[in-house]
Parts: sequence; C-alpha cells; structure tokens
Amino acid sequence: MAAMVRLEGLRHSFGSGVNRRQVLQDISLCVDAGEVVLLTGPSGCGKTTLLTLIGALRQVQEGSVHVFGEELNGASRAARLKLRRRIGMIIQGHNLLRCLTAEQNVQMGADLLQGLSYRARRDRSREWLRAVGLSDHLGKLPHDLSGGQKQRVSIARALAARPQLLLADEPTASLDSRTGREVVELLKGLAKDQGCGVLMVTHDPRILDVADRLVQMEDGQLSKGAFAIE
Amino acid sequence: MLGRIWQGRRIPLAWLLLTRQPVRLAVALAGIAFAGILMFMQLGFRDGLFDASVTIHRLFDTDLVLISPRSSSSVSMAGFPRRRLVQAMADPDVEGITPVHWNLLLWRNPDTKATRSILTLGFEPADPLFTDPSLAPKAKLLQDRGRVLFDELSRPEFGPVAEWFRGGRTVESEINGKKVRVAGLVGLGTSFGADGNLLTSQETYLQLLPNTPPGSIEVGLIRLRAGANADVVVERLKRDLPDDVNVLTKTGFIAFEQNYWRSSTSIGFIFTLGAAMGFVVGCVIVYQILYSDVSDHLPEYATLMAMGYRLPTLLGVVAREGMLLAVFGYLPAYAAGQGLYLLVRNATQLPVSMNLTRALTVFIMILVMCMGSATLAMRRLGDADPAEIF
Repeated sequence: MAAMVRLEGLRHSFGSGVNRRQVLQDISLCVDAGEVVLLTGPSGCGKTTLLTLIGALRQVQEGSVHVFGEELNGASRAARLKLRRRIGMIIQGHNLLRCLTAEQNVQMGADLLQGLSYRARRDRSREWLRAVGLSDHLGKLPHDLSGGQKQRVSIARALAARPQLLLADEPTASLDSRTGREVVELLKGLAKDQGCGVLMVTHDPRILDVADRLVQMEDGQLSKGAFAIE
Repeated sequence: MLGRIWQGRRIPLAWLLLTRQPVRLAVALAGIAFAGILMFMQLGFRDGLFDASVTIHRLFDTDLVLISPRSSSSVSMAGFPRRRLVQAMADPDVEGITPVHWNLLLWRNPDTKATRSILTLGFEPADPLFTDPSLAPKAKLLQDRGRVLFDELSRPEFGPVAEWFRGGRTVESEINGKKVRVAGLVGLGTSFGADGNLLTSQETYLQLLPNTPPGSIEVGLIRLRAGANADVVVERLKRDLPDDVNVLTKTGFIAFEQNYWRSSTSIGFIFTLGAAMGFVVGCVIVYQILYSDVSDHLPEYATLMAMGYRLPTLLGVVAREGMLLAVFGYLPAYAAGQGLYLLVRNATQLPVSMNLTRALTVFIMILVMCMGSATLAMRRLGDADPAEIF
C-alpha cells in the first residue's frame, strides 16, 4: 500500500534576493495510514511550514509532495482545495468562528461531509464534542471558553469532517496533562481504528510515547536521529 | 422535497455573523433605513409634484384638448380663437365641445383681506366640464352673475371659506377688485402651480377679466363619439386646423403639463439628485459595515478555506449578509416612509403617497446598494490566505 504522505527532496524558502531564507532543505518523509508520527524540533526550524505544505495550504516550490497519491507540486488551486477536505487540520491559534457556539463551530466541520442530513451532522458534532469532554459546553461561544476548551473544540471540528489524514500543530499546548493525554489517546485511537494517518508537531515531552515514529527536525532538515519508538 | 432542503441546511453563518454583533447591526440598519427614507422622501416629492401638477387636468371630461401653441404650462396659458373649437365640431367623430377660460386671478381672503392668486376656470354652466357627475347640479348655481364655486381643498391661506359657507354664512370676496359670492363648494385639489381653484361661469369670468380679447379661450375640450380612435382624430384635426392651435389627447395634455415641470424647471432634477445622494450615502454606510465585517473575520474565513470551504461558498456568506441587511434595512424605511408621506399630505395637501412602483424602486436601490457593497467587500476575501492562519 502506498504511503499516505510521501515527501521527496522538498525545499522551501521565503523572501527573494538577499532576503531569501531557506526554511526547508531536502526533506524526505513518509507517513503511512494508521501511523502516528511526531515531529519535534526547536521553534523556527520549519515544522509549521512543513505542515502547511502537506496540508495543501501553500504552493510547493521545489521537490515532491504526494498526499493520497496525488502530486501537490504544480497542483491547481481547485485540486488542493479538494484535497484539503480530506485532511483534518488542528491549528495552534485554534481560529474558532467567534460568532458560533462550540457546537456550531464543530458542525462547520461536519457540514463539509456530503449527503448527510442536518440532524446527522449535528449529532456527529455533539458526539465529537463529547469525545473531547465538552458535552457541557455545547452552547457556549468561544468567548466564554478557556484556552484549553477552545483547543479541544478545534480538535473536535477537525475530527468531525472525517479526515483521512490529520495534521496537528501543538494540539496539547494549552491543555493540562490529563486532558492532553486524553486528546492524544483519542487521536491515536483514530489512527488505529480508522486507519487515519496522524502527523503531529509537538514540544510536549509527556506525549512522545504515543508516537509510532519520532522525527526530529533542525534548521530545515530532518536530523539523523529520526527513529522508530518500537 | 422541502424535507430534503430542510435536512440539507447548513449553519446560517451570514445571519449569525450579523446578529452576534447587535450594536453594529443596529448601526448598519439605521444607516440603510436612513438612506431608504431619504430616497422615499425625495422620490415621493418628485412623483407627488408631477402628480400634483395635473390634479385639475385629470378631472376634465374630455378626449381631446385644444390649447394655444404659446401655452407653456397651467400657470401661463395663452388664448386661442374659440372658432377653432367650433371648427373641430365639423369632424364626424366629434360629439361635443366645451370652451374653457383658464387663468390665475387674485383672490382676496375674506377674513384677512390678503390677496393670493387662485386658478380660475370659466365655462358655460350647461356644458359638461368634469367627469365627476356631482358638478352638474352645482354648476347651475353659477348661472347668476358674480357667483363662484370654491375648491374646499384649496390651501387655508385663501381664508376659511369652506367653514363659513357650511356654517350658513354668505361668503363674499373680491377677485381682481370685483365682488363675487361663493355659491357652493367643490373638491378638486391643489397642485404645484395652483394653491387653490375657483369655477365660475363664462359670463362672470369675462366680467372679472374685461380685457380678455373677444372670442378667445385658453382650453378647448373635445368629446368624441364612442369607439372613435383619439389618435386618428388628433391627426385629422391637426391637418384641418390652422397652426394657431395645438391638438392633444387627454393623456397628451397631462404629459404636456408634467413635462413642463420635469424639464423646464429645476424641481425634478433637484429631487432626483436628492434621491441619488441618499443612494450614495447608503452605499458608503453598507460598504463600511461589510468591509470591516469581512476584515474582522478574515482569519476565520481563512480557517474555513483551510478546512476545505470553497471561495464561492464564502462569497455566498457575504452576499447573504448584504441581502439580509437590505431586507431588514428596508422594512423600517418603508414604515417611516409611510408615516412621512402622511405628514407631508397633511401639511401640504400634495398627493404624496406610497405606490408599488416607488416601493419596489427603493427596495431595488437598497438591494443594489447592499449587494454592490458586498461585492466590493468580497475583494478582501481573496486576501484570506489559509496558510497565514498558522
């Protein structure tokens, strides 16, 4: 079976001329279905850029990015957009819609699914909110939620869209160790039960043990220390 | 089918974006409603003016009208030979004629003694003048010399004539320095050109204006046989009559008067400009609201795009916001428009009222205003780069 994500010789830089700054240098990486890969490294080493490239949010400059077997280098806007619907994105700044309640925010994720009735999508949203331990906060606006709660709503939103690949940027950053652990177990369960690929950027040493594979990154390169936990 | 649509529904994002900021929404609606009221007033005045300028014209019981080519409007009617009207009788399709004298005369307010010009029509009391059948019995009262019928809808500046008359008093006053007595009341209505109206017999009229050239009239009414084609007769009369007279249909006569106010005075332009200004003010307000709304929510729109929502879907959200603003801004504008029209009617006796055309025109203007602003605000959405949210 082909890898869900396959990067080969990926390079990326920002700016131009003298200000040109190489952020990613010759990255090659694979994420298989059902696999949880953790990406660690000092801040500013290009982890987030890597996630946005895999998430089809950025145009690939050099090298090859295959997601679900599709080449993203040179892919059209429409093709990238279509791909994004299959990718769950958990963003650090969570970016919930301020005018929507927790439940409605999650339903914005569920609404991306075609052919489901309103009731089915709503039930799905509630289910995921329950899974992240927020069933008591369905009707609250982001304004009334704590940072950790917002983070969990954002995770529920990503999961409600039934992604085949999950990209998470510091998903446990604003969570206490217990909820952080719960969330990570949830993501791992998703990978194991539904064959979802998970690529997680994290600094959190408490959750490293869930990884099938740990990848270290430094100065835009994957360091030699990349190894499998097992 | 309906069930399917109901089950397919999504979160009403546009509605929630607007209503979760009630203060901003209220300001926006107030702005749109204000623009709408401005347009309602200006267009109402303009249309009211055009309608009011032909209050009398509409009343005539006639198919064709003869006027002098030198007449430019109801406030400056020139005379033409009455013979022309008699000549028109020769046409096989013409059934009856009514010669009418028409001028603005000075009426003295019987209470304050101040004078003011009033539109005076002189006709043969036995001839049909207005389509309203209640006039004929009153016209008989004009057969005595020095008698006039006073329009009770005239502005109050002409004096409490109607009250006095109803109270049983003998109301006498002066026109051009000659004594007249009010023999009855009629209800005609004021116009921009005339603040009040008087009807009198031809004989009295000529007494009031002794300098009128003999055999000269200002308006000639021509009634046609049933089934005659007015346009054909107009052509025939134009061909047969000399150039010192102008032949119009009743509609043409009304258009002649309206056209004067529309094109030969600045009034029509001023009110149209006023309405345009309301439109522009509204555009600025709605654009401000929608633009800042889109700017405020840019990261959120970017998030939606990162999740896989397509740009047209998001454009649709902004478009729906514009639509909602239009509808909810229009309703108070409509209600306020009705109220202000009532106010204007009571204060000026001008026939300013809501009609379907204007109600629709203003709604479409508001809709264009909101959708146009929404379209401009949407350009900002193109800036929403989903990669920026990380």
